[in-house]
Amino acid sequence: MKTRRWITRIWPIVPILAALIVTSALLVLFGAKPGESFQAMFQGAFGDQSKTLSVLAFWVPLLFSAVGLLVTFTAGLWNIGVEGQIVMGAIAASWVALRLEAPAPLLITLEILAAMASGALWAGVTAVLKTRGKVHEIFTGLALNNLAIILTNYLISGPWQPPEGGTFRGTQPFQDAALLPLFANSRFSPLSLLLALVAFSMVLVALRGTFWGLKLKALGKNLRSAYLLGVSSEREMILAMMFCGALAGLGGAVRVLSWFDSLRQSISGGIGFLALLVVMLATYQIYWVPLIAFFFSAVLNGSISLQLRTQLHSSLGGILTGLMVLFILLFGDASKLGIGRKKEADEQ
Amino acid sequence: MHIELRQIRKYFGPVKANDGISLVFEGGRIYGLLGENGAGKSTLMKILSGYQPPDAGELLLDGQVQRFSSPAEALGSGIGMLYQDPLDFPPFNISDNYLLGRDRRVFLDYKTANRELREVMERYGFYLDLQANIESLSLGERQQLELVRLLIGGAQILILDEPTTGISAEQKEKLFASMRKLAHEEGKTLILVSHKLDEVQELCDHALVLRRGKLVGEIDIPCATEELVEMMFGQVPTRSERPGFKLGEAVLELRAVSIASYRLSMKDISLDLKAGEVFGLAGLEGSGQQLVLQACAGLLKPAHGSIKLAGQDIKGWTYHRCQAAGVAYVAAGRLEEGLVAGLTLVEHIELSHPKHKFFVDWTSARKETETRIERYQIVGRPDTLADELSGGNQQRLLFALLRSPLKLLLLEHPTRGLDVRSANWIWELLYQRREEGTAILFMSSDLDEVIERSDRIAVFSGGVMSRVVEAKKTSAEELGHLIGGQA
Repeated sequence: MKTRRWITRIWPIVPILAALIVTSALLVLFGAKPGESFQAMFQGAFGDQSKTLSVLAFWVPLLFSAVGLLVTFTAGLWNIGVEGQIVMGAIAASWVALRLEAPAPLLITLEILAAMASGALWAGVTAVLKTRGKVHEIFTGLALNNLAIILTNYLISGPWQPPEGGTFRGTQPFQDAALLPLFANSRFSPLSLLLALVAFSMVLVALRGTFWGLKLKALGKNLRSAYLLGVSSEREMILAMMFCGALAGLGGAVRVLSWFDSLRQSISGGIGFLALLVVMLATYQIYWVPLIAFFFSAVLNGSISLQLRTQLHSSLGGILTGLMVLFILLFGDASKLGIGRKKEADEQ
Repeated sequence: MHIELRQIRKYFGPVKANDGISLVFEGGRIYGLLGENGAGKSTLMKILSGYQPPDAGELLLDGQVQRFSSPAEALGSGIGMLYQDPLDFPPFNISDNYLLGRDRRVFLDYKTANRELREVMERYGFYLDLQANIESLSLGERQQLELVRLLIGGAQILILDEPTTGISAEQKEKLFASMRKLAHEEGKTLILVSHKLDEVQELCDHALVLRRGKLVGEIDIPCATEELVEMMFGQVPTRSERPGFKLGEAVLELRAVSIASYRLSMKDISLDLKAGEVFGLAGLEGSGQQLVLQACAGLLKPAHGSIKLAGQDIKGWTYHRCQAAGVAYVAAGRLEEGLVAGLTLVEHIELSHPKHKFFVDWTSARKETETRIERYQIVGRPDTLADELSGGNQQRLLFALLRSPLKLLLLEHPTRGLDVRSANWIWELLYQRREEGTAILFMSSDLDEVIERSDRIAVFSGGVMSRVVEAKKTSAEELGHLIGGQA
């Protein structure tokens, strides 16, 4: 039994290794040297300080969304709308940054609170439509994702356009007091990492140690049984969605306030969808989430400079992540393969 | 067509669903296949209709040994089965639904299809709008449609599984008329799977009775209903003596309750339960017992009538409110409705606790779990997952999760699938609850259990509740009649 549980625990490595092997095979097939390519990718991610900081800066908002998604996945909810929640967080933070004036600590606090509230409300819409309107959260989520993007485009080209005229690229840069303090001229803000670690610990405690977490776990695994055991589903589902929305919104704030310095057209850049992959690849185990999110961040950042160093196209990173997704779907769930599961009766 | 079944065997694990059944069906007759729940009727008919293969035995059509690998293959040889739940596609209209099963070309031939459908419908007096969506049809109409589909498919032998459950009296008349026509005028073989003795007497020419996977008797109809009842239920042992129990105040009062579901509508259900009383609901599955239990638990809102718990009207209360008021409901599906697969025993115990703090105190929860494991003799550890337990232990866990004290305990099949020793032990636990003043209302398809364990019994048949009988004074024969829908 012990070994079986361990296998389940370390299983996320398997799809990653499989993807690396197949990618290597592909590289060989096209006459490239896998070792060299992966090394180039590694160089691209960690070759110098600014590159490493860039990996960190990309990692933080991804981490926010991913740990938030752990909560909704535990409750059995498919929060596809996480992308829109990131965008709404970014918009709310931008609103504060553009419209209010205050000393930096106060302004940043307000930005963060506004972003969290906005993301939570956006997620709350999905949740209420699910519990009251019986609309599946995937459909609402997708619709609200598009709405959030449309709203961004409207703001950029309309009310919030720079004084020199709308360019469809972004708002004017925010005032300095509104931006998160950055580390050594990079896009990485240590404060955001600190907040992400706090979020991670909160989710860890909520899921492992609180009655709320236990209720979510029961709801996610069997709604009917949970109901018969006395768990009311509506309130917990709405809370779970809003919790995730708040964290995603915070991630959105980090995007506008440190990665960029203004509200941009594609402010999220697919981080929400990436976070969904991270959590699935982690097989919903919390300790794997930061590691895998970091791995994704490194691969994506590393492959950008791949083309400069080798003749390979930067889409190698995309191929690698794509293959990982494929392998998760194929054998990401150890228990479905008959590994790590056993009836008590067999043991005795 | 002449069909012969020889020594058909089908085992599901230790359960012998069919244990060497040999039967002959001749053309031009209507057969009634009778038996209690779990007697093996459905299994046998599924084998005959190609839905599943037998473990042993053979099937002969006009003297030729046949093996079907799918229902479509069986229909190709002339055997069609009408299931209780029609195998159709609710969002489709009738023509599309029909073509889906027949036309294998790229372009659909609606003209021919509609002509075929109309011809057969007219012949048997069914009138359906071909453009109507299946969703908008009643169960009886969907059944007619299935019958038409099977007939056009070339069925010479038609198996009808409980076809009169959930259809109107008028539709039943029409169905019976067409069945007579098919058998007596067209020479087809009809097999009616039923538990309703009146219907069998009215329609069939010959009755076959199964019990515990074996053919226990056959008889030409008309015959005395007593004979059928005795064949179906055998000799139920008389109730062993149990010391009387002094009952307390009224706990549950149902007055003229009506409940409606898609399959069944029930009217005028009235029941009384006193503290400490054990009340058994007998009848074949799907006759309405479960709806009554769910209505008492707040899982289902009755259309009319009143439900009182210790004098308080609880009609329209949610399940959680009933739960807080001292009602508990234990459903039959252990891992579907009751336990959560993937959660450990400790997590279950903690969840079921009526009071809780923000942070879970895992140490004391674990201690509590160990106590209950000991008390309810569960073979498992606090960290064992509920789905890792055996069926009997899952049942024990369900009882270990019940709150205390309880006013009313509602149970579906409390000992289904358990061996005698475990069943006795579960009932010991339940009798302890009775000492605390809990009233127990349970349903079971095991007639022995109902007679042995209850103080009073009511029988359900097709949504109608019989008179309430004293368990001490009743006989299996009386209950058998009631189950067959005869007052």
